[in-house]
Amino acid sequence: MRRVVIPVRETEVAPRFDLAAEVWIGLQGPEGSFVEERTVVLPQASADHLCQLILSEGAQVLVCGGIEQKYYEYLVWKKVRVYDGVIATLASAKKALEEGTLTPGAILMARHFTG
Amino acid sequence: MASTRRALISGLFRHPVECAAVFNDLPDALVFLSPDRRVLYLNRAAEVLTGLSDPEARGLPCRHVVRSNMCSAQCPVDDVARDAGPVCRQADVINRDRQRVPVRLCCVTLRDLRGAVVGFMEVLEDLRPFEALETRKGQAYQFGGIVGRSPAMERLFAVLPGIAQTDSSVLITGETGTGKDFLAEAIHQLSARSKGPFVKVNCGALPETLLESELFGHQKGAFTGATENKPGRFRLAHNGTLFLTEIGDLPLPLQVKLLTFLDDHVIYPLGSTKGIRVDVRIIAATHRDLQDMVREGKFRQDLLYRLNVVRVHIPPLRERGEDVRLLMDHFLAAFVSDFHKQIKGFSKDALKCLLDYPYPGNVRELKNIIEYAVNVCQEETIQMHHLPSYVTEISVKAAGPSPEVRERDGGEVLPEEALGAGVGKGVSWGVMERRLILDALVRAKGRRGRAAQILGWGRSTLWRKMKQHGLMDGDEG
Repeated sequence: MRRVVIPVRETEVAPRFDLAAEVWIGLQGPEGSFVEERTVVLPQASADHLCQLILSEGAQVLVCGGIEQKYYEYLVWKKVRVYDGVIATLASAKKALEEGTLTPGAILMARHFTG
Repeated sequence: MASTRRALISGLFRHPVECAAVFNDLPDALVFLSPDRRVLYLNRAAEVLTGLSDPEARGLPCRHVVRSNMCSAQCPVDDVARDAGPVCRQADVINRDRQRVPVRLCCVTLRDLRGAVVGFMEVLEDLRPFEALETRKGQAYQFGGIVGRSPAMERLFAVLPGIAQTDSSVLITGETGTGKDFLAEAIHQLSARSKGPFVKVNCGALPETLLESELFGHQKGAFTGATENKPGRFRLAHNGTLFLTEIGDLPLPLQVKLLTFLDDHVIYPLGSTKGIRVDVRIIAATHRDLQDMVREGKFRQDLLYRLNVVRVHIPPLRERGEDVRLLMDHFLAAFVSDFHKQIKGFSKDALKCLLDYPYPGNVRELKNIIEYAVNVCQEETIQMHHLPSYVTEISVKAAGPSPEVRERDGGEVLPEEALGAGVGKGVSWGVMERRLILDALVRAKGRRGRAAQILGWGRSTLWRKMKQHGLMDGDEG
């Protein structure tokens, strides 16, 4: 079992870790599927508070968009596996986690060319 | 752009030009967006800034590519889409390398020939080089090319960044050669107007009639020879800074016009009844005492009050103590590098001579002296004979030729260095002379013969002057 945190913006992985006002938290079972999930609304967007939340939740995995090096290093030092630079909807990120195919910098979002 | 769809600039040149070839050579990051804010194209600078390549970014929502702090709450595209005109904001982006990059983000709407919105263009200017510059400017010994670490300059450097950030009028005072122009430009460069123009006008350089047209512009036919509309410096400085140097030389009628502008920010070009609103910050500079000029009726008091919102005084070099040495080394290093010389420093004599020189022309004079010396010097060290003769002559005079020679030459000659170093505004010659005598007596440890030698006077002249200034002991007088 491992706990996963994904800062979100509406239905997407938040483009920036420090500006996320919502966090999706899921508990991933041994088979990979999520057995428990909830969403927490943060009182304010703050990278520091988000780090505290991740640690207080005892999360082992963070999936996020852009994150500053200092927060990345801090979380890695705290033994959190960080998949950063992910461009995805929450659903596609969860699916990739369940399938074990998620990588840092993954682009899982559908592209539209309307220019 | 895309390999399948090559975007072209057509109708401008004889043959269509491929956009990508042009955009990729630009230093600023360009991001083209569709009306639903998906990325259509990133130029090379944008690829470097965001860390995503053009093919990776294409078709994705721009908030995931640009990752600016404006994206979630104050998306600039929202503003331009509301027809608010181009938007330009300071922002930051977090790139794929996990760096937070400060940027200036400008956004414009792109329309087709019928005026329908076809997309948006974002221009992101990387501000990291400027940030590094500002950090350097923050160091107490340098601000926008002005070097100094004396307490007077440290105090000045401490307040300047704050002054730069405001939009208030600034009045810079200081003797000639102290760096008023440098300071004005540095204030502009550090201000939010730094991307706007910095327009300099020397108020003393043109006759009144020409100056009015130069400053405020004129309408075609306003006077004989006005064959074209002229915008004037105020309009050229729109969104930027207008630097009025030698403001003390501004003729009285133009002072009234400037006063009107400072009140309502509207200018009236010559021959026009229609006012034009311009957004200009005024920085004025003068080496004159404007208070004195007000008393003499040569400068309007109300204009002085309006310009004097923030007053910055640059001290003369003689009041900057250790800065002389700092500046000598600074200019030496600069000129040695410019002229590809191998000069390592100053000889003991040359150093003493330069440190003792009063520099009536202030930093500009010191810079010229060092430039001359670096030009002339073919050795590793600048010697006395590499310095301009007027500098060394003063040094020789200060060392003191025989009293007889001085007496023969008029007897009343005082060392010029002392004149430069001590004369302050509002100090009478009598006070100055008394101070010189006291200084010389202190340096001579009370020996009058030596003091007379230092002053270049005969003993009898010194005795007479001491008596005149009441410097004799009671039983002597």
